[in-house]
Amino acid sequence: MAFPHRLDAPELPDFSMLKRLARDQLIYLLEQLPGKKDLFIEADLMSPLDRIANVSILKQHEVDKLYKVENKPAVSSSEQLCFLVRPRIKNMRYVASLVNADKLAGRTRKYKVIFSPQKFHACEMVLEEEGVYGDVSCDEWAFSLLPLDVDLLSMELPEFFRDYFLEGDQRWINTVAQALHLLSTLYGPFPNCYGIGRCAKMSYELWRTLEEEEDGETKGRRPEIGHIFLLDRDVDFVTALCSQVVYEGLVDDTFRIKCGSVDFGPEVTSSDRSLKVLLNAEDKVFNEIRNEHFSNVFGFLSQKARNLQAQYDRRRGMDIKQMKNFVSQELKGLKQEHRLLSVHIGACESIMKKKTKQDFQELIKTEHALLEGFNIRESTSYIEEHIDRQVSPIESLRLMCLLSITENGLIPKDYRSLKTQYLQSYGPEHLLTFSNLRRAGLLTEQAPGDTLTAMESKVSKLVTDKAAGKITDAFSSLAKRSNFRAISKKLNLIPRVDGEYDLKVPRDMAYVFSGAYVPLSCRVIEQVLERRSWQGLDEVLRLLNCSELAFTDMTKEDKASSESLRLILVVFLGGCTFSEISALRFLGREKGYRFIFLTTAVTNSARLMEAMSEVKA
Amino acid sequence: MDCYTANWNPLGDSAFYRKYELYSMDWDLKEELRDCLVAAAPYGGPLVSLLRKPWRKEKAASVTAVLEIYSASACLWPWKSGPVVSLGWSAEEELLCVQEDGGVLVYGLHGDFRRHFSMGNEVLQNRVLDARIFHTEFGSGVAILTGAHRFTLSANVSDLKLRRMPEVPGLQGAPTCWTALCQDRVAHILLAVGPDLYLLDQSACSAVTPFGLAPGVSSFLQMAVSFTYRHLALFTDTGYIWMGTASLKEKLCEFNCNIRAPRSRWCSRPRSKERAVVVAWERRLMVGVMRPRASSILGGLFVLDEDSYLVPELDGVRIFSRSTHEFLHEVPVASEEIFKIASMAPGALLLEAQKEYEKESQKADEYLREIQELGQLTQAVQQCIEAAGHEHRPDMQKSLLRAASFGKCFLDRFPPDSFVRMCQDLRVLNAIRDYHIGIPLTYSQYKQLTIQVLLDRLVLRRLYPLAIQICEYLRLPEVQGVSRILAHGPVQQKDVSDEDVARAINQKLGDTPGVSYSDIAARAYGCGRTELAIKLLEYEPRSGEQVPLLLKMKRSKLALSKAIESGDTDLVFTVLLHLKNELNRGDFFMTLRNQPMALSLYRQFCKHQELETLKDLYNQDDNHQELGSFHIRASYAAEERIEGRVAALQTAADAFYKAKNEFAAKATEDQMRLLRLQRRLEDELGGRFLDLSLHDTVTTLILGGHNKRAEQLARDFRIPDKRLWWLKLTALADLEDWEELEKFSKSKKSPIGYLPFVEICMKQHNKYEAKKYASRVGPEQKVKALLLVGDVAQAADVAIEHRNEAELSLVLSHCTGATDGATADKIQRARAQAQKK
Repeated sequence: MAFPHRLDAPELPDFSMLKRLARDQLIYLLEQLPGKKDLFIEADLMSPLDRIANVSILKQHEVDKLYKVENKPAVSSSEQLCFLVRPRIKNMRYVASLVNADKLAGRTRKYKVIFSPQKFHACEMVLEEEGVYGDVSCDEWAFSLLPLDVDLLSMELPEFFRDYFLEGDQRWINTVAQALHLLSTLYGPFPNCYGIGRCAKMSYELWRTLEEEEDGETKGRRPEIGHIFLLDRDVDFVTALCSQVVYEGLVDDTFRIKCGSVDFGPEVTSSDRSLKVLLNAEDKVFNEIRNEHFSNVFGFLSQKARNLQAQYDRRRGMDIKQMKNFVSQELKGLKQEHRLLSVHIGACESIMKKKTKQDFQELIKTEHALLEGFNIRESTSYIEEHIDRQVSPIESLRLMCLLSITENGLIPKDYRSLKTQYLQSYGPEHLLTFSNLRRAGLLTEQAPGDTLTAMESKVSKLVTDKAAGKITDAFSSLAKRSNFRAISKKLNLIPRVDGEYDLKVPRDMAYVFSGAYVPLSCRVIEQVLERRSWQGLDEVLRLLNCSELAFTDMTKEDKASSESLRLILVVFLGGCTFSEISALRFLGREKGYRFIFLTTAVTNSARLMEAMSEVKA
Repeated sequence: MDCYTANWNPLGDSAFYRKYELYSMDWDLKEELRDCLVAAAPYGGPLVSLLRKPWRKEKAASVTAVLEIYSASACLWPWKSGPVVSLGWSAEEELLCVQEDGGVLVYGLHGDFRRHFSMGNEVLQNRVLDARIFHTEFGSGVAILTGAHRFTLSANVSDLKLRRMPEVPGLQGAPTCWTALCQDRVAHILLAVGPDLYLLDQSACSAVTPFGLAPGVSSFLQMAVSFTYRHLALFTDTGYIWMGTASLKEKLCEFNCNIRAPRSRWCSRPRSKERAVVVAWERRLMVGVMRPRASSILGGLFVLDEDSYLVPELDGVRIFSRSTHEFLHEVPVASEEIFKIASMAPGALLLEAQKEYEKESQKADEYLREIQELGQLTQAVQQCIEAAGHEHRPDMQKSLLRAASFGKCFLDRFPPDSFVRMCQDLRVLNAIRDYHIGIPLTYSQYKQLTIQVLLDRLVLRRLYPLAIQICEYLRLPEVQGVSRILAHGPVQQKDVSDEDVARAINQKLGDTPGVSYSDIAARAYGCGRTELAIKLLEYEPRSGEQVPLLLKMKRSKLALSKAIESGDTDLVFTVLLHLKNELNRGDFFMTLRNQPMALSLYRQFCKHQELETLKDLYNQDDNHQELGSFHIRASYAAEERIEGRVAALQTAADAFYKAKNEFAAKATEDQMRLLRLQRRLEDELGGRFLDLSLHDTVTTLILGGHNKRAEQLARDFRIPDKRLWWLKLTALADLEDWEELEKFSKSKKSPIGYLPFVEICMKQHNKYEAKKYASRVGPEQKVKALLLVGDVAQAADVAIEHRNEAELSLVLSHCTGATDGATADKIQRARAQAQKK
């Protein structure tokens, strides 16, 4: 088990440069407002900021007090106020109300708004409408890529998913293009580009335009990363909707990993304090179990504990000199490992407890049944019971969506009854949630005589009304069967195994879902990389409804070293899950690649569902 | 070289003036120069002449006047429009012809008509008496003196804003002389009426008196302003000349001469202490140099062979007549130092040294040593380089540069760029001074003008090959150089259909890097060819670049689709705001409707900022589904009173019906019912019911012991049995009302089976109750139930009885510790038996 890289695995580029760049830029911006100032930070930016510049760095640059941007009047007495925010209208209103309150009180201060990662015209509009545009100076902190781990870059834009896939808002595409442009200036051009999805295509085109406008900069540089693959989240919702059973994913599902770190509560630490733990490759213990199926983790941890004990035990027979050596050299490491080990064991126990309580086995069984497409009735009544019992609003939604996507929409009777049940359990505002899910193509109804509604509504939100009509015609001529099933068959997503799937020695990427399902997104990536193009995948593309939205772009000149050609940057637009990351890491190990992940945010099923949910404020 | 300084005229103590011939004129003047209206553009610009006779003397006009443009290209065409009062060139080298009726016709260099503008009604009524074209830092201005002796001026003809100057009190006749001044970025008029001077600015007319003006002036005849508007010279009828600053507050000098009716121009070198005015009369030319402090003036006299016309330049005066075209200027310091007779300046010595060196004479070494001993070699080289720049004759340039290059050899660290740049500049200058091109720029003028402007002028003269060669020679970046030239040219073609021009341009330029089609389009639009501009924009690969121009051309809808293409949402938003102001609401919404991307962007904005607009937007689109959602949201976010909330829900339900979404409509109506009911419950029972879901409402009722009400509610809202059972089970277990629970379990056959009873009881840690229900669990789930209550042994028995492999292993996995050892054995035995069979 463990996590051995192949010996010939290529070196990863050094992404810490991105952090330094972001820090330097932030310092520059802070210095633009010389003197003491109070810094108001948007809650969502706090964790990312913490990874870039800690409080002492901020203090060095004359930040006096730190406040959270929230909906109450500020108590700051400083003469200079600096706001570090995402470009959101509600933030602008907050700033405007603050400025206007000062004006009423006859107070003049300096205000500076720093937008991250970029400012939007609409924000300035709001400032203008509120009559404070002249009082506030605006700046941009182009901090769009946070290296969460050696192979994981996050844009920390969870709202990307809702904004683009639900509201059809394309604002962030520019940010993505800028981020890609930054990567290519720092790490050389990407000789091979692939992508699938509308957003991927638009981002790619915009990025190319940026490159052309500033051509010459990246020209002649040796590429460090050989391939880039862009993928829209809506190409594969199924994978993101499944319960995660790989350790890192499970920790995310259970405790919510936030910006690369997790808060373990008292139930994990078995003390009365909670503990913030950074989860990345530097945590030796975590690094070895993060990609493992949960069923192996306990065994591994106890083995590890035994080893540790053995190492501790060695000191029994030591003389003074050896003991001195031991204390000065090994003890610290062992202690550290000990600490980490106990944290993870605590986490495992806590997960076990929670999962057994919620009949995790039943849930997983139902999911697998949905993926494989048998016992649909049984699964439907399981979901109904789930809703009736008010087990969890988010989980219920997730199961409904999973059912809808795998079955190409619910049959009208189920669609109505499940929705009715849900509304009775959780309140009428979820009418809007269902309307959202329908718009995003996550939860739809099979129109009588047309099972393809799911795909259709997914497409029609992307095109104009006129075109949508044409697509309807096209669809009705298609065979009436579930797209997901067909894709699954075509790409062999459900491995047929005789006997037990050995999760200790996984054979394929399906291990991340207990051997029941190979993540669609990862399989698509695997197939394309194998072929170095979309050739032969026409049928799959048609089923994914992305025939027009898949692209390949290879440069003719072959300057890329064989080393770099085995490095692949995968860009998930709309978020990726830890399961997908684990699956691709596994694939990399098998094929001698190394994957680098760039995502708009790390996501999971709960986050996707929450993004779609309407909640009362 | 002895006679090199032969054409130098010493003036004063330290300055020399020289006049040299630029070209011999090859123009085909039929009339005397004095009979023509003549204008020449500064910076070596073109000349224009127009015979003034036909209108002045023979009104019958049997002879058509001919407008002639010279130098850049000979070009003449018969003048057909009305009488011209004044001619002049704008800063862009456009010919401005001021007509008697105040109309100004603008022509290109090649006589192509550009546009026409009028100087206003007042001018039209009173006719133009006199007009001047002057240059300001904004561009070129036109000042007009009307028949009513009023002035109208525009400081910039490309952004026409007419200003009527205030009246001069008591002005009866035309002023004796006047000029336009430009001070502090504002244009003024200075005029003389007999002995009185008036300064007109925008608001007032003030009488002014030059400082230290000698008494006895009866009339000012002439005034001359310097190129930079800093100095002014006044001539009186007595031959007295006053020279001072343009503000009239400081006198530089005054002197008397016996000239009448002169034509005068300033002639000075930038940064020179000496100021000189050139006065021409009849066929004589006098250079008057003013010397600070001394009140006398030293006049140098040049004799002219013919009638001449003077053109003030930055650093001198161009003089042209029928046969020659000359340049008069003060000799620059560097040249003076080097060429002055018996000069011992380092540059002079270096030049000498180099000559000796060529003669292979040892004197070369001596001269060099002399310079080096004084440590002035660097200075010497610099002097030679600088002087070369000011020489007109290539052979002199060469010999000076040779000297500089020679000197450079003896210097360790002389930065080469000044030498290299001078060589390049001279090459360019010599090329354009060639008589085929005919732009006699001096080095200082060239530096002031910049290479970009020079290139533009070459392009205007359609000298594309030369321009491109210069760009390539100077290695200018493509964007500034070659591409710009390529871009400029073809737009000016006329008489070809827009389509063809656009295509021709595209064929010619292709995708040359750095070519900006939007720039070309902007030019086309500037020439009034909007359609061509739009066609050209089609070739612009960057949609973002197309948008601003399209907006400017009022093609907002096209701009919107281009902005969307660009993928730049900020750009889209900008266009949206533009459209919003430009169109009425209905049209604006219609436009949005066809652009889903823009629509969603605007919706997002409205959602946060203009909720009412959002509603209108949905209404306009008949988007009842979204309208329903909008009211649903309002029912809990915006409204607080229960009546308001119900009303909002009612509106939502109506909308859903319209959207044919019966499900949503029904659900909304149910919610209205529930809301009212919850309100009643709160009134009757107290506690909080509002905003609970149906499920939670029933649960709260049961927990509060209102079972009857709960039943009623369940019936009213048709809660399915299964849900009700789950709900009651959970609620009663929470209450730990085991008696009621048992009663409930026996009320009828459980629709959810009895396993949930076991589970829930176990969750409340009541094993006793759980066991009661375990016995009632159906056979399929019996094993599970027994395991839940912890009765492993019995579970094993049941599993064995069922002969169910899965159940057996489930029980086995629960066998832990010593106590279950026997059971485990039992199962193993049963398994073995089953396998045997």
